[in-house]
Amino acid sequence: MTQTATKISNYEADYQAIREQRAASNPAWLTQLGDQAWTRFTELGFPTARRGNERWKYTNVAPIANASFGLSSDLVAGSDHESELRRAAPWDDEWINLVFLDGRFSKVLSNLNASDSGNGRILVNNLAEAINSGAANLEQLLAKHVKFQEDGFAALNTAFLGDGAFVQVPDGSVLQSPVNLIYLTSTSNQPTVCYPRTLVAVGKGAQATVIESYVGIKSGALNPEYFTNAVTEISLAEGAILDHYRVVSEAKQAFHVGTSRISQGHDSVFSSASFAIGATLARNDFEVLLDGPGASCNLNGLYLTADAQHMDNLISIDHAQPHTSSQLNYKGILDGKSRAVFGGQVLVRKDAQKVSAHQSDKNLLLSSQAEVDSKPSLLIYADDVQCGHGATAGHVDKDSLFYLRSRGLDADTASRMLVHAFAREVIETVKVEPLKQFLDELFLEAIPETGLKLGGAA
Amino acid sequence: MTSKNTPLLEIRGLCVSADDLEILKGVDFTVNTGEVHAIMGPNGSGKSTLVSVLAGKPEYTVTAGTVRYQGQNLLSLEPEMRARMGVFLAFQYPLELPGVRAWQFLKAAVDALRQHRGEEDMSARDFDRMLREKVKLVDIDPDLVKRAVNEGFSGGEKKRNEILQMAIMEPKLALLDETDSGLDIDALRIVSEGVNRLKNPANATVLVTHYQRILDYIAPDHVHVLLDGRIVQSGGPSLAMELEAKGYEWIREAVEASG
Ligand SMILES: Nc1ncnc2c1ncn2[C@@H]1O[C@H](COP(=O)(O)OP(=O)(O)O)[C@@H](O)[C@H]1O
Ligand SMILES: [Mg+2]
Repeated sequence: MTQTATKISNYEADYQAIREQRAASNPAWLTQLGDQAWTRFTELGFPTARRGNERWKYTNVAPIANASFGLSSDLVAGSDHESELRRAAPWDDEWINLVFLDGRFSKVLSNLNASDSGNGRILVNNLAEAINSGAANLEQLLAKHVKFQEDGFAALNTAFLGDGAFVQVPDGSVLQSPVNLIYLTSTSNQPTVCYPRTLVAVGKGAQATVIESYVGIKSGALNPEYFTNAVTEISLAEGAILDHYRVVSEAKQAFHVGTSRISQGHDSVFSSASFAIGATLARNDFEVLLDGPGASCNLNGLYLTADAQHMDNLISIDHAQPHTSSQLNYKGILDGKSRAVFGGQVLVRKDAQKVSAHQSDKNLLLSSQAEVDSKPSLLIYADDVQCGHGATAGHVDKDSLFYLRSRGLDADTASRMLVHAFAREVIETVKVEPLKQFLDELFLEAIPETGLKLGGAA
Repeated sequence: MTSKNTPLLEIRGLCVSADDLEILKGVDFTVNTGEVHAIMGPNGSGKSTLVSVLAGKPEYTVTAGTVRYQGQNLLSLEPEMRARMGVFLAFQYPLELPGVRAWQFLKAAVDALRQHRGEEDMSARDFDRMLREKVKLVDIDPDLVKRAVNEGFSGGEKKRNEILQMAIMEPKLALLDETDSGLDIDALRIVSEGVNRLKNPANATVLVTHYQRILDYIAPDHVHVLLDGRIVQSGGPSLAMELEAKGYEWIREAVEASG
């Protein structure tokens, strides 16, 4: 406990400094929100498995709690990172691109495609500016779906809330260009932390595509650790349609904790695909609340881990209303001594009849030392429901491998082709072509060249 | 016809087991260039095992015997090396490979062969042109090569796809494992025509079949009957006719009577 207390004091100095800095310009409600969240964080600290906390049973966050992460103080010129950015993150000039460098909006690196953002209807902005310009509805939207009272990471993010993305699509509007939000962490001399915050509100019958990318600069092996503590809140009003992509492609020395909360109204459709690669420790805490009859969500995911990486997906779907449906399809590729945790929880509430919920988590193990803990669970309190779940873990299928080899492909090329094919099922769900290309290359590059463990059922 | 009677494949006393089960119990035969051999036999006699071992399927253990291919010890080679040297197996049950794009797979196969011969990879355009021709040869839907390998293909489409692969790889030794099974008469004709067109004096075909039917289209020079892991009788095309007429029981009884 004492250790946790000292470590919290690391954040305290940063918190006080930032509070002071912003006190004059921030509206009172925001300062108050920050204070509440900070207080809550000091009470909660970082989660530990020891407290019998089911949500953190298989993931040890001590490496985060014990490190001394501070806000980045370097004033890096954004333009220095342009080429790196193009390589590391998905990009298309036609999109609305917002880039955040070490937690702060970078105008130089961004490309706010004027056709969509400037017409005064659809609002795509950075949060700092929205706060400064006194955006009226911010108070109603922020920290509405994220319950920072229950979660140390969310509390910490909320305490430091200062910048991020704000995407608001008014009722009936269709946002043609994808909104691409890139949170880039640059190199630094000290262990740094940033607190990306994304707020998306899709109005009644409105449509949009939002891409969130979390990337780290991968050059230089001696860079210190860094920590990305991200919070995303998304709401879909009645009949809204949102395609959502989450790309975590952090550097090797990164810790990434992402907390996403999605709330769906009547007949809204939420399609999401999460991709994760790279970090030492990554957590994807993703929760969808189906809060109106007819709401449906389709959640896809793909993660690839190597070495001693740890990937934790905790996906929860709350069928709070009847006639709601959910489809969950996650896939993992594990190499080295890496470990993946998959917790998929579907809750069907008492009066939520005519619900369908299906979830699957399939893992491909490329080494005999990789490990997966897959725990899909269904909590069903209604009786007229259609639910199913399944989890598998296996090696590259030996018969498929022989088929390819019998056509002249060497064992390594053939196994890579099969691993790539496994990944492709999820990548194919991406509807934005340049993003699909980007992801296909990203994953193909990450598939080990040689020494894949073979045999057994895939 | 100068290349006729050059031994391409020489199998001597081949014994094979899998999971401690003895499947092949001493198989001998020789295939010369320019020849077509038919291997017939009831289900479970070891036909697939025989051709799979020749292609290098890892789960089988050779406990005795030798196999020479072009004078080389075939059994010491990895499956991909055998393929590059011209051994091709058309699978009895071709696998579906979801996510593996047929086009990419076929291109990789062609490039593997070319690299083995010390040639450069084929350009995508040349490959496309070649592929289009071969697709015509086996009369399959050209869209199939844009999809994942065999995924959602009908049984007949899968078999034709094997012949397409064979047409692309132009093997020296084609091992066709019941390619005729499950084909309707039109498909059977197309597949047979494909095989016949690929035949030349420098290569050879081993045709595993359960029925005499395909032999009306692809005329064998030699017919071997495999029974319980042994070749119990070899002969000319008339042996296939006799088998068709009298059934496998006839040969089983004949073997038992003489043994
Ligand atoms: N990989 C294997 N493991 C165990 N038994 C096998 C394997 N392959 C074939 N067998 C057995 O060997 C025998 C011959 O099988 P197979 O070669 O498929 O015969 P055919 O093709 O003539 O029908 C059968 O009894 C079959 O069950
Ligand atoms: Mg067979």
